[in-house]
Amino acid sequence: MSQFIDRRLNPKNKSAVNRQRFLQRFRGQIRKAVADAVAKRSVTDVDRGEKIQIPTKDISEPTFRHGQGGRREVVQPGNKEFIAGDKVPRPEGEEGGSGNRASDTGEGMDEFVFELSREEFLEFIFEDLELPNMVKRQLAREATFKSQHAGFTSDGSPSNLHVIRSMREALARRTALRAPSADRKRELEVELAALLTGGEPDEERIAALSEEIALLERRIRAVPFLDTIDLRYRNRIQVPKPSTQAVMFCLMDVSGSMDEVKKNLAKRFFLLLYLFLTRNYEKTDVVFIRHHTVALEVDEQDFFYSRETGGTVVSSALELMKDIIRDRYPSGDWNIYGAQASDGDNWPEDSTNCSRLLIEDIMASVQYYAYIEINNHEPHSLWMEYEKVAEYWPNFAMQPIYSAADIYPVFRELFKKQQA
Amino acid sequence: MSRKPLSEGSEWTFELLQSYDTEIARIAAGFGLDTYPNQIEIITSEQMMDCYSSTGMPVFYPHWSFGKQFLTVEKSYRRGYMGLAYELVINSNPCIAYLMEENSMTMQALVIAHACYGHNSFFKNNYLFKTWTNADAIIDYLVFARNYIAECEERYGVSAVEELLDSCHALMNYGVDRYRRPPALSITEEKHRQKEREEYLQSQINDLWLRTVPKKERYFQEQAHQFPAEPEENLLYFFEKNAPLLESWQREIIRIVRKIAQYLYPQRQTKVMNEGWATFWHYTLLNRLYDEGLVTDGFMLEFLQSHTNVISQPPYYSNHFSGLNPYALGFAMMSDIRRICEHPADEDRKWFPDLVDTDWTKTLDFAMRNFKDESFIAQYLSPKVIRDFKLFSVLDDDLNDELEITHIHDEDGYRAVRHVLSDQYNLGNLEPSIQVYRVDTRGDRSLTLRHYQHHRRPLGESTNEMLRHVRRLWGFKARLETVDENGRIQKSYECD
Repeated sequence: MSQFIDRRLNPKNKSAVNRQRFLQRFRGQIRKAVADAVAKRSVTDVDRGEKIQIPTKDISEPTFRHGQGGRREVVQPGNKEFIAGDKVPRPEGEEGGSGNRASDTGEGMDEFVFELSREEFLEFIFEDLELPNMVKRQLAREATFKSQHAGFTSDGSPSNLHVIRSMREALARRTALRAPSADRKRELEVELAALLTGGEPDEERIAALSEEIALLERRIRAVPFLDTIDLRYRNRIQVPKPSTQAVMFCLMDVSGSMDEVKKNLAKRFFLLLYLFLTRNYEKTDVVFIRHHTVALEVDEQDFFYSRETGGTVVSSALELMKDIIRDRYPSGDWNIYGAQASDGDNWPEDSTNCSRLLIEDIMASVQYYAYIEINNHEPHSLWMEYEKVAEYWPNFAMQPIYSAADIYPVFRELFKKQQA
Repeated sequence: MSRKPLSEGSEWTFELLQSYDTEIARIAAGFGLDTYPNQIEIITSEQMMDCYSSTGMPVFYPHWSFGKQFLTVEKSYRRGYMGLAYELVINSNPCIAYLMEENSMTMQALVIAHACYGHNSFFKNNYLFKTWTNADAIIDYLVFARNYIAECEERYGVSAVEELLDSCHALMNYGVDRYRRPPALSITEEKHRQKEREEYLQSQINDLWLRTVPKKERYFQEQAHQFPAEPEENLLYFFEKNAPLLESWQREIIRIVRKIAQYLYPQRQTKVMNEGWATFWHYTLLNRLYDEGLVTDGFMLEFLQSHTNVISQPPYYSNHFSGLNPYALGFAMMSDIRRICEHPADEDRKWFPDLVDTDWTKTLDFAMRNFKDESFIAQYLSPKVIRDFKLFSVLDDDLNDELEITHIHDEDGYRAVRHVLSDQYNLGNLEPSIQVYRVDTRGDRSLTLRHYQHHRRPLGESTNEMLRHVRRLWGFKARLETVDENGRIQKSYECD
């Protein structure tokens, strides 16, 4: 009477649409959480999902229900000490009796926690940066692979059969399997020859020997010339597409005027370039150079989070970049990208140095150089000088930035080139 | 009677499922279980999570709250905090039950007995399900609902539909008729009538407002007959039929949510009975299989272990306590009815003179057919079960500083404990009683709801938010008055 149906091959993810609806609805909260996550993460660590927390009260679904108070009588199980008429103090908090179950996960009960997948996470970052769709797809795609020879395997498709290898295996197998019988046969043949040449031939023994030799011959013949276990196939494996390497220079002004907000914007800027580079190059180095009056190569932590005061000499950073390129990244082997963030402050006398350094030395060796000026409503001398650089070099981009959405235009040329 | 066991190992195959099902069906028929035909579907754990997150239905319209549900289930499952339920069963004809691929043969047999014969027979025969749900038509109706809502999303935008569904879901528990029997659902009929209904409804609603307002407004207001003439407790029904500004597609969506709420209503009222009945039967059926030598000792040990987990009842002071376990209480009561029929003690002769020495299958069958949790407990909770569970009642009155233990599991307390417990399962007491009281038809069209207090219990925190949903559906100012037992307004909420 019962009917059995195997539904295991039906598509799963029937709830994907509900998940999307959920993400859509709480877009605001999730974006904020993603922004916080980006601020906490390293520039080189944007390629994974993220745990998102949303206050439970924001996503609760209301119903009409009773509040505390009034008169309630409830039945509970497991009485161990009470008799009718006992009075007990009202337990703290909710619900008489139902023990407060503390969360042992380290997550508060008032936070709704879930995981964003890598794609969803990137999607939220990109949305913030207002990237065009083509670019989003390009950045979000996984690393590409190429198949490559990697020795031989014992199974595969006929088209990959390696004849010489297979024959060599067959020869070894035949030799090994026939050897015991062949040895024995040789012994018997010697004995038989002796008997036949000897005095009175022992007919019985001769017959027995002949029979055994015949048996051994059959056994030797039974070893097949080629067996399926001999077959060898060319093996191919997927390896990440080899491509050239890139180095990304992050230059940032850390003088007193660069506050947290500005630094966070700068971080988005570096992050986007990094994502672009990791998609296009197998190996991407990142060099962090911060500067005020002197420039210093630092690690990421110091780059974003240490505060300095004092004046600003931008050319110091460019000098250092030039030196590092010369010493460590000869431009024949490396694709060099420069990204500079500043609030535009510079010693007026220094700005010409900067443009000279860029025009004469650096721009010739870099693929692309992007400069953003954050929250500066009046262009200073540096901006003017950089405009000259942009005239000379088409691979120089500059842009004033007031919000995350302004970042993408700096890279527009870069992505356009990619698609062509 | 020793026969060859159906299987030895824990692996299941379709042939084995078939043979277990045949045997279980044979035994169930022997006990007189009356069931819909079964449609047993094997699914993966991912698919189970999908089913889980949309009220267990195979077809459902999309909504963000199901996404939230899914994320919750997924998270706890991935981290191993929670196993998925072994089964899901749908009150439809044929009765659809899901078995998870990961289950062992024992668990599959347990699920077949529990869902396909236990729940199934309950769905088919309990009076509430018979009255309120129509197993033949539900899947078709859900398909209709999903398509209709998808069409609306296309036409009026996802967010407009979502807003409306949010409000409807919030009021879902106030979208059921408790006393009237709803007409049967049928997809052809629904489609056929839908257009007609659209036009008709729209014309009806306007009529209410179209009367020209007379000059002596004040006079007429005093004289005006109250609308609605009788208070209406089915809020969604009221909005569907009377909210002035809704468009016909919005009325249709309200109707869909209302119909689904109505369909789920019996389940909410029969948790203890339904689970108790299914648990009692999987226990009885599998034991019979064992007695006939059709299953091995290993099978029984595995089965008993999960059975024991299912019916465990931690005491109130335990860390694992989360209220009365409906499986435990239901199973204990069902088993107890059988015990009273077969081996009554003197106490039982006094308490249940009608039950002792009757045929237990008939008695149990009668209980299953004619009760819901509230009445089932009031009728059948025996002193023995009260003692076994060590039940006691606690009075929490905000006029007193302390809680009072009112009754315990002793001679003086049995009746009272039974009464309190029965009340505890009365949905009417669990949810605040809220009804449409009045519409200001001549003035600002504002709507007044009334909350009739029970035991002075106030409304909870989300009331203001709820009122915004009421406001959204009604389209004009909404007001909610809490009225105490003497008819005095205690508190009022308002949403412009």
